[in-house]
Amino acid sequence: MNEPSARTYLFTGIALLAFLGLTIAAAYVNLGPLNTGVAMAISFAKGALIVLFFMHIRYSKPILWVFVGAGFFWLGIMLVLAMSDYMSRGWN
Amino acid sequence: MPDVLAVPIEHQFDDATQQREAATMGMWLFIATEILLFGGMFLGYTAYRHAYPSAFAEASRHTLIAFGGTNTAVLLISSTVMAFAVRAASQNRRKLLGLLLFVTASLGVLFLVIKGLEYAHEINEHLLPGRAFHIDAADPQHAELFFYIYWLMTGVHALHVTIGVVLITFFAFRAWFRDAFRNHDTPIELLGLYWHFVDIVWVFLFPLIYMIDRHS
Amino acid sequence: MTTATLQAAPQPRPLTKPTYLADGKTIRSWLLTTDHKRIAILYMISITLFFFIGGAAATMMRLELLTPQGDLVTSETYNKLFTIHGVVMVWFFLIPSIPTVLGNFLVPLMIGARDVAFPKLNLASWYLFMAGGAFAVFSIITGGVDTGWTFYTPYSSTYANGHVIAMATGIFIAGFGSIATGLNFIVTIHKMRAPGLTWFRLPMFIWTIYTTSLILVLATPVLAITLTLMALERAFGVGIFNPAMGGDPLLFQHLFWFYSHPAVYIMILPGMGVVSELIPCFARKQMFGYRFVAYATVAIGVFGFLVWGHHMFVSSQSIYAGMIFSILSFAVSVPSAIKVFNWTATLYKGSIRFQTPMLYALGFVGLFTIGGLTGLFLACLAVDVHVHDTYFVIAHFHYIMVGGMVMGYLGGLHFWWPKITGRLYPERLAKLSAVTIFLGFNLTFFPQFILGYLGMPRRYPVYAPEFQVLNVFSTAGASILAVGYVLPLAYLLWSLRWGRVAGPNPWQATGLEWTTSSPPPTDNFEKTPIVTEGPYAYDAQAAEAELEAGHA
Repeated sequence: MNEPSARTYLFTGIALLAFLGLTIAAAYVNLGPLNTGVAMAISFAKGALIVLFFMHIRYSKPILWVFVGAGFFWLGIMLVLAMSDYMSRGWN
Repeated sequence: MPDVLAVPIEHQFDDATQQREAATMGMWLFIATEILLFGGMFLGYTAYRHAYPSAFAEASRHTLIAFGGTNTAVLLISSTVMAFAVRAASQNRRKLLGLLLFVTASLGVLFLVIKGLEYAHEINEHLLPGRAFHIDAADPQHAELFFYIYWLMTGVHALHVTIGVVLITFFAFRAWFRDAFRNHDTPIELLGLYWHFVDIVWVFLFPLIYMIDRHS
Repeated sequence: MTTATLQAAPQPRPLTKPTYLADGKTIRSWLLTTDHKRIAILYMISITLFFFIGGAAATMMRLELLTPQGDLVTSETYNKLFTIHGVVMVWFFLIPSIPTVLGNFLVPLMIGARDVAFPKLNLASWYLFMAGGAFAVFSIITGGVDTGWTFYTPYSSTYANGHVIAMATGIFIAGFGSIATGLNFIVTIHKMRAPGLTWFRLPMFIWTIYTTSLILVLATPVLAITLTLMALERAFGVGIFNPAMGGDPLLFQHLFWFYSHPAVYIMILPGMGVVSELIPCFARKQMFGYRFVAYATVAIGVFGFLVWGHHMFVSSQSIYAGMIFSILSFAVSVPSAIKVFNWTATLYKGSIRFQTPMLYALGFVGLFTIGGLTGLFLACLAVDVHVHDTYFVIAHFHYIMVGGMVMGYLGGLHFWWPKITGRLYPERLAKLSAVTIFLGFNLTFFPQFILGYLGMPRRYPVYAPEFQVLNVFSTAGASILAVGYVLPLAYLLWSLRWGRVAGPNPWQATGLEWTTSSPPPTDNFEKTPIVTEGPYAYDAQAAEAELEAGHA
């Protein structure tokens, strides 16, 4: 495994803080229903930076990519199938 | 290679590589379980926010975005420092490792202090669900539901931060005084993975809790 | 990659090593062991204990149901009995059964490793299991719980009496034991395989344990958080599931079944794995369609996560979600059927020997098929409205769990008993008990299909008099079943001392576990084995010729 350089860590950290600023700024702009989508997209970008560089997945064997993906994929199964109930229920 | 021999290899493994890869893989699986553990609460959040969007938006505006935003920055910086700590461990620089771990833990403590002040503020404002709960909102019942989820998710997250701080402090002392991780940095790497994961959870919690419809 | 790291062969060891059973005789050497084989024995003793606790509750229920009136126990006690039966059997017997006993014993042996990847974690998971069990037993002794094993809110969180929180804590703690076990197996199977043992050379048992572990790791945390929320609601009035506070009780059911439906596959997949070992061995034949069975195993594990809503068809879940869950539930039958067809095809033109493990395996295939097909009735939305919460459901899942998993467990236990203990059990008595269990089981549960179809609801001690005849059949069957379960306990214990010495491979089976001595030494193998061929290298024609020569 080749270690990422100190510069990579530094840039990742700076990018994360920049994304944080972007999240807050975006929250105060009225994008209609897109606000949540944008916020979640930025969160995913931040999470991806942390996973890829800080957690070294970028430099790891494919099997670890699979494990990371599996965690999120199964979370997705839970959210999508459970929400398929809530979104088609008409209970209000 | 004398420094490879320095790693104690447990009897079930053949060599240091196998031992290290097994440990890393185990940690990632543990993180997958943690994703699903928080996932249950995220599902609760999603279902209720979908059902009561306006109550959630109103309740969210009662949270302190300055505290939440600062805390996000604190955790992101602590994660960056942790990344450097893992690097220091792999380079066998024990003093630097101890120092960076100590900084990481201090930032974790700072996070908890800010979170604690925020909790205190919310208790004073009657935003802790229960008998004393009171909120000026059109739909106070479902605003209370938001605060149930808020206290629950941030509480479980804070528990994870606390565990992390304790472990990091312990490892910092072991690195500084015992040089315990010379040629044996796997524990530090796993500790780093845990801390980064705790950070990621907060990255998702922050917009979901503090920033529903802030613009209106 | 894995094989590369394993190439460095370990240094030669002295030739006569003590067996794992002889390596330390003190209680301390057992309670602090990190040897996967000894941990398997610890689990075996513990789950046998829990099996008889759960069985005692079932016995009381069957006795109560002998008559239509509630004359043996009160309704409240009856509620507690079925809760004890469900909780203990699901979490303290079925889920740990094959994975922690046979899995712990066999996974390292089958893949040619010295131990699992994390032996200390393995021991810790047994202690977690026992601590969880202690909470559950405490809750039973101090008054029990009457919520049923599903803990549905708001009943469990608001109205139920009894020690719900203690029981939930027990399950929560035992759950972390399960997670640790699953994590351990996944890493072990990835990282510890012997040189040459590629994925498609693995015995099918390993595939099923791998898939089971995946489910344990991904589903159990959701159970943990769900029970935590339920307990918080009960203790502090946190209103996540409480409709009086705007919460939704169905959210509890979604979360609970997100775990508990896949948990059904935790309970059946390892049984399928055992049967996949037994059938090739006793048919002396290669497994038919090995790759398809492997893919089907993983497919069942993944599909198992997509179908939980079929437990909620009549719960006021959206009808559209119900339709999706119904279709997905039908889809699970495809890989399950692939397995049944492949077992059957393996038997075709095999040289079949009807020894005890094979009797269990054949019983498994038949009973699992009945359980699976009746599952399709239940997956059908309209039919489910009719039979939901009736004995039809009870019969269906007992065909899977008792007819499937318990048969699989007993079959596996008999098959590997010589490996575990070094002794053979008395064959004739064992065959008798296998047949007794099969007959007793069917007499117990087949009438329940009819009862359910006629509309007898589950979970009541009192029922309409016209159902009595079938209930008497069922209770009679249960007593036969009980005899069938006590017999193996007696003769297996007997065999420990008086059984014939087995030798390393009494079944002439393939597989790495049979290449080492019985019982194996602490480090499993004299030297790390090297694998050069796939599993199940049996030759039916040669076996048949040998059989004829022997008889002539």
